[in-house]
Amino acid sequence: MSEAPDSNDGVAETPGERSEATERPQWLSDLLLIGGIVAATYAAFGVIGLLTGVGLNETVGFMRQVTFFAAVYALVVLALNLHWGYTGLFNIGVAGFMAVGVYTMAFLTASPDGSPAGLGLPIPIGVVGGMIAAGLVGLIAALPALRVRADYFAIVTLGLSEIIRLSLLSGSLRSVEIGDTEYGTGGGSGISYTPVDSVVPWLLERPVIGFAGDQLYAIGRMVGIQSSIIDGGLYTGVLILFVITFYLLLTRIAYSPFGRVLKAIREDELAARSLGKNTDRVKITVFVVGCALMGLAGILWMGSQSRVNPDSFMPIVTFYIFVALIVGGSGSNTGSIVGAFAFAAFLWQGPRFIRAIVRANVDVRPPQTIYDAVVALGSGDPLPFVGYVIGTLDELRFVLVGVVLILLMIWKPDGLLGHRKELAAATDITRRPTATDGGEPDE
Amino acid sequence: MSTGNGRDRLSNLTAQEAVGGILLLGIGILALDLIRLILLNELPFGRLLSYTWNGIVDSLYIGLAAIGLSMTYSILRFANFSHGDLITTGAFSGWTVAYLIGGIGVADLSSRLLLRADGGAQPGAVGMDVLSAPLTIVLGLIVAALVTILVALLIDRLVYRRLRDAGGIPLLIASVGVALALRYLIAFVYTTDTRIVVASPPQPELAELVAIVGLELPAFLAERTINLHEATLVISALALIVGVHLLLQYTKLGKSMRAMSDNKDLALITGIPTERVIFATWVIGSGLAGVAGYLIVLDRGQITINLGWFLLLLIFAAVILGGIGSIYGALAGSLVIGLTINLSLVWIPSDLNEIAAFTLMIIVLIFRPDGLFSGVETA
Repeated sequence: MSEAPDSNDGVAETPGERSEATERPQWLSDLLLIGGIVAATYAAFGVIGLLTGVGLNETVGFMRQVTFFAAVYALVVLALNLHWGYTGLFNIGVAGFMAVGVYTMAFLTASPDGSPAGLGLPIPIGVVGGMIAAGLVGLIAALPALRVRADYFAIVTLGLSEIIRLSLLSGSLRSVEIGDTEYGTGGGSGISYTPVDSVVPWLLERPVIGFAGDQLYAIGRMVGIQSSIIDGGLYTGVLILFVITFYLLLTRIAYSPFGRVLKAIREDELAARSLGKNTDRVKITVFVVGCALMGLAGILWMGSQSRVNPDSFMPIVTFYIFVALIVGGSGSNTGSIVGAFAFAAFLWQGPRFIRAIVRANVDVRPPQTIYDAVVALGSGDPLPFVGYVIGTLDELRFVLVGVVLILLMIWKPDGLLGHRKELAAATDITRRPTATDGGEPDE
Repeated sequence: MSTGNGRDRLSNLTAQEAVGGILLLGIGILALDLIRLILLNELPFGRLLSYTWNGIVDSLYIGLAAIGLSMTYSILRFANFSHGDLITTGAFSGWTVAYLIGGIGVADLSSRLLLRADGGAQPGAVGMDVLSAPLTIVLGLIVAALVTILVALLIDRLVYRRLRDAGGIPLLIASVGVALALRYLIAFVYTTDTRIVVASPPQPELAELVAIVGLELPAFLAERTINLHEATLVISALALIVGVHLLLQYTKLGKSMRAMSDNKDLALITGIPTERVIFATWVIGSGLAGVAGYLIVLDRGQITINLGWFLLLLIFAAVILGGIGSIYGALAGSLVIGLTINLSLVWIPSDLNEIAAFTLMIIVLIFRPDGLFSGVETA
């Protein structure tokens, strides 16, 4: 892996794109793309929010939530992209692997006097332990499951994630007495522990960061933003650092010789095997790495609440992550981040923003049922119907997610950034000069 | 109907056969333990009987739904994750009509139309049990099938037809989208509340019923009561299963469907009209799913938008156990799953029984991907 040329830049374009951005390295144009989309979205939300009277505090809080969800989704989507985008492993058990990570972290770090009790270890050990546990479960799942076809693999992973969730929920594992202490999963109510976002107060006590943090709080007080929003914002900043790390790590993997084997497996496993690649071992490795990253992503996401319970890991969570991946375009790390952001901003938080706008401007009291709403609509009063729609936005949001998924599959199965072809080869043979001068050395 | 026994399966013992053997061994040990428990009177015989009966009831509605899932899997070649929500569609549409008709003059239109979304129209007052309103219940059953068929055909026209040649995974992803959209459209209209829509079932003693025909029962059965809603479920499901069997075996349509699920290319070459077969697949599969949803609500009394979604993985398990593409396999798989989730209660607590079923499914998928009864490939 370390032998590979520093090839993060310049291999990921199709010839068509190259003419536009000849000199700009790929990572820079990707960064500009992500930054541009994020900035444009924030500007739009900010302007709309202020013009429609939502208020600064709420608009900023809303943007913080978008950023938080964008960051956590980006983490999981990047990990899933390693499985599905690069290797073609259709893993729909993401929620289960996240659950393993978070629960292990919770068990390792929870206070020994709590109920259920934990081991009371420091948070970093819990985080690493959670990653290792998720990776191990991935290993156990991968060894046999990789023998089956793609759609069977999907059902195996979904079944596994349900087994994990149901076990965590089960009353018989709720508490197990070992010695004098009650350990266990806590059943439906889960385990409580010190959340991982306690890293923010810790960071604020460090010299330089603490000073910058103080300035931030002062500015916040001046323009009227609550300090709780800034707290959350700082943790989101930590998450963004993790997203950048994930991105660099996964891009490094993708463009390494190992990454080329992954793409070869995705395109044609038999061919890859015929070329002497040990595809089974590569698939197991990549599955374990992806699962460990999912565990870490789960910890950073769900671990920032102070209690974890099995309801956070319903199979539907996996499908949200898939939607985010597919929106952005599987097989592209930049696409994963864009997809996560688009999902968080427009599909996830967007409807809530619309609700905030409507509530700020119109006094709507939602009628109890759609019947009352339709009757009022029939008699010429649209407000109750609007109120009903606003009141059921959480449900309509799922309809929106479903419809977007269907439309993407029909018209743009490659997602927003799906027009990019990431070449599996180290050198781009499509742009090799036509004159044959004996070829250039490979690597 | 069994054509696939020509395989040379005895030539060498593969991992698959070894695992099959271990599974059989495990089942044998559990059976012996069951006998031991009964002989030592640690498990009353009556309870074993009721576990088995519940297992059969569960397997019947799982089986109804599994037929459709298995057909779409073998003929349209994708794992249809929206199948569970077709079950939900059937439940809501059928019971809405039952309430609309059965509650005329008893409850106001809005609570009937929205299945008690506002808490009105008590099921007892509307008379929602098979003895007070048998015709309404049957009408609801028929509407459940019809509406589900229409919805499935509409979805096929809008979504799946455009993706006919897209391959299994894009279709699977699209079906997840369909599942979400369909379920939450239902939630938009009916709200997400779980509610009771069926009155408590009439439970005459078995002996009374048999006495009508003029027979007498052995003593251990005579005092048992029979839940008429459960009986309705069992009878309707059995009738429909026999109907599907006759349709597949004795009509030209059935023959084309079996041909297509066996070998699509060969079926195309022989001139079988693909789109017509796909149409029939949706009609039969979704009709049965709708009926299954309606009957589940009749049996359980409760309705919720997650009804079908929560069942989906069990149905997948049944289809997989039986070997994907085989309808008789799917039925047998349903029986295995139904009995597994109920008989496993002898040994494990009730919140772990689905884990047993899923574990069984994963073991079978990995080691015997052709299903427990591999070799039988006929529809």
